Formats: sequence, C-alpha cells, structure tokens
Amino acid sequence: MILQHVADGILSGAVVALGAIGLSFTMKMLRFANFSHSELLTWGAYSALVFVAFFSSFGGFLDRTIGPFSFGASLLLAMPCACIATSMVALLLHRFVFERLSRMAGHMTMVFASFGVALTLRHLVVLIWGSDPIYYSRELQFAILLPGNVRVMPDQVFLLGLTVVVVIALHLFMSRSRAGISMRGVAENPDLARASGVNVDRIVTWVWVIGASGAAIGGVLYGMTVQLRPELGFSLILPLFAAAILGGTGSLYGAVLGGLIVGLSENLSVMVIPTTYKPAVPFLLILAILYFRPEGIFGERSR
Amino acid sequence: MTAPHVLQARNVIAGYAFDLPILHGVSVHVDAGEVVSIIGPNGSGKSTLVKAVAGLVRVSAGNVRLDGRDITGVAAHRLAAEGVGYVPQTGNVFATLTVRENLMIGGAPLAKAAALERIEEICDIYPILKERMHDRAGSLSGGQRQILAVARALLTRPRLMLLDEPTASLSPKAASELFSAVRGLARDGAAVLMVEQNAKAALRVSDRGLVLAEGRNRIEGPAADLLSDEGIGEIFLGFRRDAAKTEGAG
Repeated sequence: MILQHVADGILSGAVVALGAIGLSFTMKMLRFANFSHSELLTWGAYSALVFVAFFSSFGGFLDRTIGPFSFGASLLLAMPCACIATSMVALLLHRFVFERLSRMAGHMTMVFASFGVALTLRHLVVLIWGSDPIYYSRELQFAILLPGNVRVMPDQVFLLGLTVVVVIALHLFMSRSRAGISMRGVAENPDLARASGVNVDRIVTWVWVIGASGAAIGGVLYGMTVQLRPELGFSLILPLFAAAILGGTGSLYGAVLGGLIVGLSENLSVMVIPTTYKPAVPFLLILAILYFRPEGIFGERSR
Repeated sequence: MTAPHVLQARNVIAGYAFDLPILHGVSVHVDAGEVVSIIGPNGSGKSTLVKAVAGLVRVSAGNVRLDGRDITGVAAHRLAAEGVGYVPQTGNVFATLTVRENLMIGGAPLAKAAALERIEEICDIYPILKERMHDRAGSLSGGQRQILAVARALLTRPRLMLLDEPTASLSPKAASELFSAVRGLARDGAAVLMVEQNAKAALRVSDRGLVLAEGRNRIEGPAADLLSDEGIGEIFLGFRRDAAKTEGAG
C-alpha cells in the first residue's frame, strides 16, 4: 500500500517538478511571484491537443498508438510544437505585460497583474476549447505490475522517463553552456552580469522559453495521465509554489527535489488524513519551509 | 590634433530615481596609462559616478565619452564589449559559481574559443585562479575574490577599468598587492578610474585625484599635490583626524 503511494507521489511530483522549474527561475531572475505560470501548463496541454489533431490527420503511423502507451507519434511530435507555442505565449506576456510593468511599477503590482493574467489565460482556454474535459486518447491501457504489488500505467512510466531526460538536459544546459552559466550568474547578481558583458534581456528570454517549455511538457504529461480541463494549471498552483519555495528559488535541483517532496507528501498524507485535506499539504509545506528555512533547501541565504 | 581622453564625463547628472539625482554635474577625464582616484566623504556620489560610467545608473544630463565616442545611455553589457571593465564595491563575484564559471561570464562578449584562450592568459598572470579553478567563488578569501573580480573584468582587455573600493575589507598586505596590480594595469596602457575610502593609499598609487562632495566636483589635481595639501586633507578626507587617532592609539 505504502509503496503504491510512493510510486504515485513520485509520478505526480515529476509533473510538479517540470512546472516548478520555470516558476522557480522566474521568481529568482525576474524577482516576482508569477501566479500565471501555472496557466502555462494548461496552455501547453491544450495547444498540444491542436498539434495532435493536426499530425493525426496525416493518418498512418502518426495516428496509431505506440506499444503499450495510449498515445502515438502524433503526441510526441506535438510536444515540441506545444513548447514553442507556449513559449510564444510566455514571451508575449513578458513583452506586453511584465516587462512594461517592471519598468514602471513595483513587484507587488506585478504579482497582482499575474493574477489578472492567470484569469485571462484560463478563460481564453474556456473560450477556445470549452469547459468540458478532453482526452488526448481514449485508448484503454493495462497497468504494469511492479515488485511490491505496485501498479503503474505505461503512460506514467513514459512521464517519469521524459521528466528524467528533461532534467538531465537542463542540468547539462545550466552547467555546460555559456547561456546556462550566464543564466545562473544573472539569477545571483544581474547588475554584475550586465557589467561583465552578459545581455540580460536575452537571458530573460531564455528564462521564459525554458520555463514555458517545462510547463508545456508538464501540462501535456499531466493531461495525458488524467484529462484536460481548463483548471488543470490552477489546480497545480499551490504544489508549484510549494516546490519552488521548498527547493529554493532559482535552483533547478531544488525545483526537482521540491516537486518530488510535494508529490510524495500529498500522496503519503492520505494514509493519515482524509483525502479531502490532501490539497492543504503543499500549503503546510510552504508554511513550514518559510518558518524554518525561508531560502529553501538549495537556496542561498540572503545577507 | 590631440588624442581624445579614454574617458571623458562632462557635467554628468545621474541618480537612482529620475527626480532625485546624486550627481549634480560631475566631470572627470582619464587618459591611457593613468590612474585617477575619486575620493570624498560617504554619500558624495563616488560609487554612483563609476556606475553611471559603467552604464548601470541612468545619466539624465551631461555626457560620457569613451575614446571620443558618446556612450551616454549605452547598455552596460555593450560597454563591457567595447572595453569598459567594472569591479563593483560589493558582490563583485558570483559566489555560487566556480572560478571558471565566473571567468566564463567575464568572457561573455568574446567568442568561446577566444574566451578560453584569454582565461588561460589570465591564469598565467594570477596562478591562484588556476589552483582554485573548480572551487566556488564564495569559498575564496577576500583577497582572492578581489583578484577574481579584477581578472573577470580583464577578460575583454578593457581600455577603461572602473574599480569601486577594490581594497574594502582586504588585509593591509592584500590591499598593497591590489594597488600594485592597479599600477600594473596602467603600465599596460589601461585608463583606471578608482573609487577609494582609503584616500591616502589611493592617492599614493594615483596620477591624479578628484575630490567629490555632495555630488559635485570640489577639487581636482595631481595626486601628490592633494596628498600634501593639509587643508584639503582636513576638510574632505579626514587626514588630520586619522593622524590624531593614530597618535592617540599609539
């Protein structure tokens, strides 16, 4: 029983981690809590739906499922397209809302603006795709039985595998590439980075693209294992913030660890508290981390 | 025709808020191979001046020229690429990054191969950086951090070096070594504009000095003259008070 909860916790934590990476970066580098970030997961999931329909229309292998999974090559092709589409949404928000506000208003104004942006994005989804749940696929799947009587769906195994690949790719990008190193420099000290010759505006663009792409992949994976609803992102907002704060803003590894802790805590909590209170767990985690270690697990203590 | 100054700032009005200037028409120039120290009491606008030159503080009036070309309002990262090196007073290294990563960021305006080659050259000048290459900059001593900060700024071979209190929180020995390095920069042809709280020590290694007070030029002249003028020392630099303290302590 407990092993099943652990497995479920890791799987839901993987989605939270993907979303939290971008949120964590924007909180650190753009210095505001972006409550509209969770809506990028929704936009990623729904925009993938459009591309899945487009690629499936070609028929043949694109329209067939792959092995034990519920999806076909059309979804695999739709994912990078969804990343691009969601990145474009994020860059439009940056260009026309947050960048302008950052020049003329304080951080609190940006936080409140992000609430407004979140509502707008969510209702645009309702306007375009409607409010009824949608599925990428209605194919039946058979659970895989793992040692310890743990059952997982093949799609969930794919989810976990892809999350690991994304995290490794991001790790290599942040530690080996000049853009990644500059990004970490900007996160720590933007003025010093500027004076050292780093084009901070370009780095900020990278932050939005990486954050939105992570959100898009997280949204698609979440939608793939559950269903698409306009509230998909909204329902993840607390877990995302809990993971970002828990891990320490601006830290890739912190966001991943934070996501896993949130996922595990939520799923293990149902063993001791009624399921109704499960959504309160991330909130309690935020309170606990802010009380005991406000900078987060991997965060640097501000002096 | 005489060559233009490497740096010429004229009647600069600048500050952190648009309607609250810190500098009220400051002018300064620095030539190649010259060290100019900006000294003055706290709050006189010394750091604001170097930040304005480095493109980190908005200049609302006046102009800044680099080798005769107007660079007023040019973004800081472009200035770094055009030969302006800046070492800030605090937070002058990326503490969470390794020494190598700090240097890589300093080489941002260069192509990757050129940056790596330059890092090798810099490490030959400062061997301690080679030894600590893969350590986090936050683990370095104060003196080693300053060396890293200067080395990072040197990556692009700057024609103008801006140093904001480079000896702050350094031991006397480390401060002395850093001042020697500053002279070395000037010998190599760079123009150096340096802000220092330790006015006496700064003037000893400088060619000229500029005394700022309340965001305005007060006195300017050869460093030796400023050092020997007791009136200036007493009014602006607290020389006599320092001397009295030293005597009292002794």
